[in-house]
Amino acid sequence: MTSTHFPTRRRLTPAEMVSDTSVIAQRQLRKVLRRPMYVVYLFVQPVILVLLFRYVFGGAIATGGVSYVDYLMPGIIAMTAVFGALTTGLGITEDLAAGVIDRFRSLPIAHSALLIGRTAADLATNAVSIVVILALGFVIGFRPSEPVWSVALALALILAFAYVFSWISAFVGISVRNPETAQSIGFIWVFPLVFASSAFVPTDTMPAGVRAFADVNPVTLVVDAARALMIGHGDALAPALGTLAWLAAVLVVFVPLSVRALRKA
Amino acid sequence: MTDAIEAQSLQKTYGDVVALDGLDLRVEAGTVFGLLGPNGAGKTTLVRILATLLQPTGGRAAVLGHDVVAEPLAVRRSIGMAGQLAAVDGELTGRENVEMVARLYRFPKVEARRRAGDVLDRFGLADVADRRAATYSGGMRRRLDLAAGLIGRPPVVLLDEPTSGLDPRSRQELWVIVEELRREGTTVLLTTQYLDEADRLAQRIGVVDHGRIAAQGTPAELKAAIGENVLRVRVDPAVVADAAAALAGLGSGDEPRVDAAGGEIRVAVADPAVSAEAVRRLDAGHVPIAAVELQQPSLDDVFLTLTGRPAEAPSTHDIPAEEAA
Repeated sequence: MTSTHFPTRRRLTPAEMVSDTSVIAQRQLRKVLRRPMYVVYLFVQPVILVLLFRYVFGGAIATGGVSYVDYLMPGIIAMTAVFGALTTGLGITEDLAAGVIDRFRSLPIAHSALLIGRTAADLATNAVSIVVILALGFVIGFRPSEPVWSVALALALILAFAYVFSWISAFVGISVRNPETAQSIGFIWVFPLVFASSAFVPTDTMPAGVRAFADVNPVTLVVDAARALMIGHGDALAPALGTLAWLAAVLVVFVPLSVRALRKA
Repeated sequence: MTDAIEAQSLQKTYGDVVALDGLDLRVEAGTVFGLLGPNGAGKTTLVRILATLLQPTGGRAAVLGHDVVAEPLAVRRSIGMAGQLAAVDGELTGRENVEMVARLYRFPKVEARRRAGDVLDRFGLADVADRRAATYSGGMRRRLDLAAGLIGRPPVVLLDEPTSGLDPRSRQELWVIVEELRREGTTVLLTTQYLDEADRLAQRIGVVDHGRIAAQGTPAELKAAIGENVLRVRVDPAVVADAAAALAGLGSGDEPRVDAAGGEIRVAVADPAVSAEAVRRLDAGHVPIAAVELQQPSLDDVFLTLTGRPAEAPSTHDIPAEEAA
């Protein structure tokens, strides 16, 4: 036995980190299930937007031969996932205010386990909400033309996108500490990303400046890739690779930033 | 004598605000140490540094010989903490709350469940263990928080104002728990604003003022310095000077303290029987008495005696630099 299980060792083993992460994730999922209003909040907003765009704005938006509901659904699903990622930061501000983060930080666990567990639980919650929105899409006439594996790939890409955005949201939450501020800052960085993108309308009708932003906007990239994978609209590979590049860049920056901020919180 | 907790010239500043100003502290293993001080004296900052939640800006601190900066993990394996907030999840049941913390101490599932059951029993929460913590009273939440902090049976326990905001009965229940820890030989550092609490629970008391220990000793030594009791006399503010003159020399220690505007005079006394003497003297001097009352010394009495100043609460000490600036 070469194990180093004496109590003063300085580092945690991978098995310990996995165990801590899973305890933190379970805590979060339990809390979500017991807060019915929280679950409703997750769904109400996207459902209203689906109906609004489908039945109010949709008729006036030209999408070049694609039916608007088919054009819309990949965008709405991506939006749902990004809004879902905002709950990571909000939840962290609540835990900070309640002293729960202090409790966790006084335990012999890794700070990264707190954030990985939390973001993993939010990923699971997000997966459920995009499935609900997808089902609603089918009800209002969404008909993907591509095979099931391709649609699944689109959903996976969107979920990966949301997961990575959870880390930005976590960093904002730890830094501002206050739930109201986190919420308003969340809208400040998320709204332009979601609406100045190809999520609801094609970017080619936008003024040059906005369009330049929209075309490099990671939301545009993920939505374009999802659209190609779901309804065969356009090319999938280029926007998918662009999305992955963004995700890698965001992770490299925000994972260490968030863990460091939490250590000092 | 081994020290379970040790701080040397500990400093913590937030910008211009000095929270800890070269604080020195030694807590002998197996004893309860009471840190007595007003809001903003630096008590919470000290506890947070010892719990590795904050980094000191100067000096050093160690728990069971482990430096809080260099070996945070070893420190966290040795401590249990309960703060001013009951850091429990309202959506989870009492049992789930403590079981989760046990799992984070990495007890196997079965062991975590057993310990959770034990600790809930011990803290009188067995009947409500499967109710959500959100339905608990304030006192029950504090006990649950403490149960979570103690589930790993840590040798060193940090309690930051564990009874602030609690009703008398809940306070009593928490005191019983701390007394039990003391009997078991756990080292406890307890902060409080209440002299009676420190007196009852601690073997040594340190009075914290402006980020340093202003005085320390056993409760008996502290009380000898400030008087066992305080005689509080209230008269019409117009005759307060006459009353003070009549009461001169009555007390065990310093001269009477006079609050002229409030018509109040406080005298530290060793013998409770002097209240009768006080009444006789005032009567002889024809000073009408509004009230005469024998009280236990308050935090203010301690501070006036030991530092010559009342226990003020300089609010800027609580505020991190960004907000105070």
